[in-house]
Amino acid sequence: MDVQAGKQPKMLATARREFAPWKDKAASPLIRFERVSKRYGGVTAVDGVSLDIYPGEFFALLGPSGCGKTTLMRMLAGFEEPSEGRVWLAGRDLAGVPPYRRPVNMMFQSYALFPHMTVFDNVAFGLKQDGAPKGEIASTVAEMLKLVNLTGYERRKPDQLSGGQRQRVALARSLAKRPKVLLLDEPLAALDKKLRGQTQFELMDLQAKVGTTFLIVTHDQEEAMTVADRIAVMDHGRIAQVDTPADLYEKPATRYVAEFVGDVNLIEAKVVSRDANSVLMQSEAMSAPLRAICEGDVSPGQQVALALRPEKIRVTLRKPGEALENCVRGTVSDIAYLGDLSIYHVRLESGLILKAARPNITRFTEQPITWEDKVYLSWAPEAGVVLVK
Amino acid sequence: MRKGLGPFTITALVAGFAFLYLPILLLIVYSFNDSRLVTVWGGFSTRWYGSLWQNQALLDAAWVTLRVAFVSATLATILGTMAAVALTRLGRFRSRTLFAGMLYAPLVMPEVITGLSLLLLFVAIDLNRGYWTVMLAHTSFTMCFVAVVVQSRLIGFDRSLEEAAQDLGATPLRTFFSVTLPLIAPAVAAGWMLAFTLSLDDLVIASFTTGPGATTLPMRIYSQVRLGVTPEINAVCTLFIGFVTLIVMASSLAMKRQMIVAEQPVRG
Ligand SMILES: Nc1ncnc2c1ncn2[C@@H]1O[C@H](COP(=O)(O)OP(=O)(O)OP(=O)(O)O)[C@@H](O)[C@H]1O
Ligand SMILES: [Mg+2]
Repeated sequence: MDVQAGKQPKMLATARREFAPWKDKAASPLIRFERVSKRYGGVTAVDGVSLDIYPGEFFALLGPSGCGKTTLMRMLAGFEEPSEGRVWLAGRDLAGVPPYRRPVNMMFQSYALFPHMTVFDNVAFGLKQDGAPKGEIASTVAEMLKLVNLTGYERRKPDQLSGGQRQRVALARSLAKRPKVLLLDEPLAALDKKLRGQTQFELMDLQAKVGTTFLIVTHDQEEAMTVADRIAVMDHGRIAQVDTPADLYEKPATRYVAEFVGDVNLIEAKVVSRDANSVLMQSEAMSAPLRAICEGDVSPGQQVALALRPEKIRVTLRKPGEALENCVRGTVSDIAYLGDLSIYHVRLESGLILKAARPNITRFTEQPITWEDKVYLSWAPEAGVVLVK
Repeated sequence: MRKGLGPFTITALVAGFAFLYLPILLLIVYSFNDSRLVTVWGGFSTRWYGSLWQNQALLDAAWVTLRVAFVSATLATILGTMAAVALTRLGRFRSRTLFAGMLYAPLVMPEVITGLSLLLLFVAIDLNRGYWTVMLAHTSFTMCFVAVVVQSRLIGFDRSLEEAAQDLGATPLRTFFSVTLPLIAPAVAAGWMLAFTLSLDDLVIASFTTGPGATTLPMRIYSQVRLGVTPEINAVCTLFIGFVTLIVMASSLAMKRQMIVAEQPVRG
C-alpha cells in the first residue's frame, strides 16, 4: 500500500470527478441531519445543523476546536441524543436507537483498542457480537488485516504495536462489520506529519475499495481538502458552508470560511458600481479601484470584503501595463521562504499588509525581489471573491 | 533516599517496628514452646500444633469462619462492584453525593454500632441468629470496602473503550462482561481478598450477630483466652497470622498488577 500511495490517488481523482450526487436532485441522502441542536446545560454545542450526506461520499467536518464536530458525529453514532431535530440514516429516524443497533461504526480518536485482547480479537469483536460463525469471522478478520497491511500481527496485543499500526488495527476493526457509514474522529491526529500524509492517501484508497460512506472529523484543513469529496466548515455549532474542496477554496461564502480555509487577504471595501458580471469597489486602504467578477446580489454603497488568495497576486518590480484597476504599490517588508514558494509581505502606503506568493521556479536562492524593494501588486478581476457576510 | 537514613531515622524505624511486631513475634515464638506454662521457655516443640487437630471446638470454629468469610466476601464483591459501577457510570444523578456518602459511612462507623444495629434488625425481622446472620452482617460491612477499591480503578478507566464495544454491537451487559470486567479484574480480586480478611478478623460484629452453633474462630480464641492463655492458642494464632499474611500479600500483588495495567496506555 505504501508503494502505491503515490500514484493510486491520481487515478481515483479522475474517477471522482464525475461523482457529485449532491447535485443530483433525484439522489436520496444516506445521512440526513434535520435542524439538529445539542445543548449541554447552557452550552449549545451544535446549533440547528441541517446536512445531507450521500452514499459513497467521503465527507469531512472541518472546524476549530470546540465547534461541535465530535458532538455532531456522536449523535450519529448514538452516544448523544439531539436536544432538537432528527437524524436520519437510510430513510430511518434514529431517535431512540441505541449505539449497538446502529449500522454505523466509529474509529475513535484515541483508537480505543481493547488492551486485553489480541489484534485478532479486537478486529473480530464486532463480528462475534453478531454471532457470526467461526470460519466466517476468521476469514473476515484475515481480509481486514490484509486490507490495512497487518497480516501476521494477529497474535499481538495493542501495546506491542506502533502508533501507526494501532491506528490501522482500529481502522480494520471499525470496517470489519461493513458498516453503512464509517465515522472517523480525528483519525490521524496522533501520527507525525509524514505518516499522516501517507495515511491520508491510504484512507482514500481504502474508501474507494470498500465503497463505504466515510465521515471524517478534522481540524486540519489540508487533511480535509486532501481526502474529502465535500467539506462542511463549522463555526460555533453552526455550518458555515458545505462544498467541494475546490469550491470552498475558490468560492468561500463568508469571511470566516475564506480565512479558515487556506491563506487569504481580506480587503474591506465599498461597492461603487456594478455591471453585468463584475463590481467596482473602492477601499480606503488601496490607492486604486478594485474590480472583481461577482454574480451575487450587491448594490452600490454596500460594505463588502474582497478576498484575495496570495498565490493569485502577481509581484512585479515594474508597473504591469497601463492598468488602473487592481494594481497597487508597496514595499516588501518580509519574505518567508517555504521551499516551494516564497510569501512576500508587502506594506502598502496605507499601512495595510498584503500577502503574495511566488513559486520558486529556479534554484537560485538570490531572489530578484528582496527586502525594502518597491513593488507592484496586481491581479485579475477573476482572482478575488466579493464577500457580503 | 539513602541520605535520609541518619541515626535518628534508624532508631525511629527500629522502635516503631519493634512496637508493632514484638508482641506478634513473641506469640509466634511461644507457640513452639514445649512447656505448658506460657511464660516459661521449656525447649522447642511443635506438639501444640499437633494437639490442635484434637481440639474439635477450635476446628469447628475455623470451619465456620472460613465459610462465612468465603461466602460474604463473594457476595460483598458482587454488590460492592455493582455499587462502584453505578456510582461512576451513571454520571451525576440527583442524589449521587448522598449515595456516595452513605456508601462510605460504614468505613468509619464504630463496629459496635454496626453490630448493634444489625442485631436489632435481625431481632426485628425475627431471623434465627447463627451462621447466616453473621454472613449477612459481614457482607454488609465489607461491601463498602470493595466498592472503594473498585471505584478507584473505574475512575481512571477510559470510557471510550466501552463506547467502542457498544459501537461494535455489544449490549451494555455484554460490554460490561467482555470489556469492563476483564480490565478492572485486578481491583475486583483485591477487593474480594480485602473483604475476606476483614471477615476473617472480625470479632465485634460477629459477637453481636451470631447465635448458637455458629462460633467464629476469633470468638472462640477470645473466649478461651479469658480462661487463660494456652500454648495451643498461640499455635492457632500463628497459623492465623500466616494465613492472613498470605492473603494480604496476594491482594497487594493484585493491586500492583492493576497499577501496572493502569499506567500502561489503556487507551490502546
Ligand atoms: N458532555 C459534555 N458536557 C458539556 N459540554 C460539552 C460536552 N461535550 C462537549 N461539550 C461542549 O460542546 C462544545 C463542542 O464540543 P465538541 O467536542 O463537539 O468539539 P469539537 O469540535 O469536537 O472540538 P475538538 O476539535 O477540540 O475535538 C464544546 O464547547 C464543549 O465544551
Ligand atoms: Mg472533537
